[in-house]
Order: sequence, then C-alpha cells, then structure tokens
Amino acid sequence: MPVQYEGIRQEHVNVRTGAGMFDVSHMGEIETSGPQAEDFLQRILSNDVTKIAERGAQYSVLCREDGGVLDDLFTYRLGPDRYLTVTNAANHERDLAWFERQAAGFDVEVQDAHSDWAMLAVQGPRARAALERLADGELPRRMRTAELRLAGAETLVCGTGYTGEDGCELMVGPGDAGAVWDALLEEGVEPAGLGARDTLRLEVCFHLYGNDLDEQHDPIEAGLSWCCKFETGFTGADALSGRTREQILVPFAFTGPGIPRQGNPIRTNAGAGVVTSGSLSPCLDTGIGMGYVPVAASEPGTTIEVDVRGKLRSAEVRTKPLYVRRDPENEGDHG
Amino acid sequence: MAEASYPDDLRYHEEHDWARIDGDQATFGVTWYAQDALGEVVFFDPPDVGASVTKDQSYAEVESVKAVSDVFAPLSGEIVEVNEELADSPERINADPYGDGWMIKIRMTDPSEAEKLMDAAAYREMLGTG
Repeated sequence: MPVQYEGIRQEHVNVRTGAGMFDVSHMGEIETSGPQAEDFLQRILSNDVTKIAERGAQYSVLCREDGGVLDDLFTYRLGPDRYLTVTNAANHERDLAWFERQAAGFDVEVQDAHSDWAMLAVQGPRARAALERLADGELPRRMRTAELRLAGAETLVCGTGYTGEDGCELMVGPGDAGAVWDALLEEGVEPAGLGARDTLRLEVCFHLYGNDLDEQHDPIEAGLSWCCKFETGFTGADALSGRTREQILVPFAFTGPGIPRQGNPIRTNAGAGVVTSGSLSPCLDTGIGMGYVPVAASEPGTTIEVDVRGKLRSAEVRTKPLYVRRDPENEGDHG
Repeated sequence: MAEASYPDDLRYHEEHDWARIDGDQATFGVTWYAQDALGEVVFFDPPDVGASVTKDQSYAEVESVKAVSDVFAPLSGEIVEVNEELADSPERINADPYGDGWMIKIRMTDPSEAEKLMDAAAYREMLGTG
C-alpha cells in the first residue's frame, strides 16, 4: 500500500465523508482450529474468547508472561472450533512462533494463513452502500462476519475497521483482490493509503503497534484494560495484576500551532513523558497525538507541553476519541 | 501549481531552495520540485525577523501531514521580513512556490555567495529534467 494516492488530507476526508478503501493485504493471518481452539486462544489472548459469538469478532492483545505486549489483534470466530486472527505485518512471524510454541499441550492446529488472504478495508459513511451493491447477501453488522460472494469473489466480510467510520474489511483470495478493488472503484470508493490510515486511526485513538504499544509497555498503561479479562487467566495476567503504574497513554491536542511527532518529549507538572503518535488532524485542523505521561498528569483537561524539535508547544490532555464521528441521522445527511 | 517550472530569474540551491536577488536583499522559497516531493504543506513556522541565516544551514521547517523537512538558506544574511501569511495558509507553498509561497527576505551579508548558486538551466540539469 502506498503512503498516498491523491494526498493524505483528501483521502482522509473521503473516508470521513464518503467511502475509501485501503489495501491492507500486508496484515498477517493465523488460523487456529481444533477441539481446544477456544481453550488455547483463551490462554494466550487477553480478552474473554468465550464471549465471541459464532461469526463474531473481538479485539485483544497478545502478552508475554511479564505482561509486555507482543501484538494487538482482531480474532474472528469462523466456526465452533475455527478462528482467524489478524496480526500486524511486522509482528506476524513472531506472533506465529508464539502461537505455535504456546500451542504445545493443546489439541489445536495453528496455521500460517497469510498467503491465503488479501485484505481490503472499505470504510466511510457510504462504504456499506457500495458494498451492498456488490454483495449477494446481507452485510454483517458491526463486529460480525459473513461469507458472501462480492463482485463474483468468495469473500469473508467483517464488520470491523481502523478508522472510526462504519464499513467492512474484506478477506478475499489474493487472485480475486484486483477484481474486487476494481469493482469498488466503479462504485465510487476512493483509494486511500497508509498516510490516511494513520491519521484516521489517530483521530479516534486506535493504537498502532510499534508506536503506542510495544513490549516495554503493558496493556493497562496503554489504556487497554477494557480488553484484559484477568479472570480468564491469560498469559501475562499474573504479572499485570497488582502492579502499580507510573505512566499511562493519553490522547492530547495542541492548543496552538505545531504538529507533534513520534518521539517528541512531553513536559508536565508531574514529570516527563513522550509522544508515541503525532500528526496534524485533518478534521480538527490542529496537531494531535497520543503519548505516555505520568499518571498525575493524565486527567483530561491537564495542560502539557510538547518539545517539538526544541520548540515548546502547548497541548491539553483530552478524552478518547479526539474526533467524534458525525451522526448522519442527526444531520439529515441521507444522500 | 500543477506543472513543473523553474523561473530563469532565480538562483537555485541544491537542497531545492531558490533566491530572488534584488540589490542587497534576497527573497527565499522552495522550488516546485521541493513542494511536489513534500506533498500538501500543512504547517510552516516562520523564523523571527532579525535572526541570522547562514548559507547551507536550515532556517525553518515545512511539514506535510506525514513528514517534516528542513528549509535551507541559499545565502547568508539577516532576516528583514517573513511571510506571515503562511502561518494561516501554508498551502500557498504548493499553489505558488515562487510567488505567494515565498518564505523570508534577507539583507545579504556576503552577496558574492550568489555566484555559487545554480541558474535555472543548471538546476534543471541537476534534477535530470534538462
């Protein structure tokens, strides 16, 4: 996927106001199947895997025994004993090795499914309408999946995304991806690149592994306690429970000029922090970011400063998401 | 500006900056090539009037959504004027890199430095666009 096609800002706006599509085929997939597939995933994934309905989806993190985050993942339950987990490209081999190692003692089969799938994310308020015109059946609702024929291709359609907009992610055979892409283009869905994918996810405060999540931070510090179900006894849970934390990941927005960038130091009244993701927000038209700050400086409304290459820029800790999606129902925007 | 252009009345620096020399003063900006490589400029933070700039050294930064780039001084001198309009409308750097997208004006401290800059033909040759 290129960084941009016609320009990051335009592609970003297309996804917020119409429909855009991202070729995210670089994402990895791991298929887990067998009688103990649920027990196994319950052990290694932080969320409560037993709560995934058949044809459902769930977000979780993969932790080491010491609680460090190896990856953040979406897992789809394709059948009673069959799951598909989507990995971050840079972590795929490591995740796969971790899955295989942890699978010892479980009656499961772990398969690298990366080369089986191409993945297109179709996102935006008009994404579903475009997909409906190409699909031979009803699209899945949010956090569900459906196997449909879409533009002639067998497609696993997932009601998920990484933009904060409605839409679907499509898993198709690599040989079919080009035809599906072209059919979506015909329906007016605009290509969008890695740059817009990053600004869209940052506006709604979705984590990017390698920026906001890594092995040095635990998921609680990263603000992901909502997907860490300690009662399941997942790998890493013991190390994570009862630990006191000095820093926490917060979203922030600049109150004046400037654009924060990853690695910029943060100054607060309670001590130092660091920016993990930063950009201009195309929708808010201001610098936004996420960063680790001392817990005492993490309350929304707290004034902080970001050292952008030697210039101190004023910012304010905000609540998630930084950008709140417009509700088309309330705006009469039914176009 | 959609089409590449490199006006003949400017002098060019290899870091893709231009200088328009007028008496003992010079106006600086970035070239069409530079703004095209950057993509949509979303932020320009002008330096202060009165500050010194040194040939081949960075005097400001331009930012696209994704990246930060230094802007280099083609000549040395003292800043006498900055383009304040760019704070609110940095897209002028893309739309009109040699006009409304100018960045600073300096009073040169060593006008002979201009001899080391390229003319438009030499700059085009460096870009490989002959």
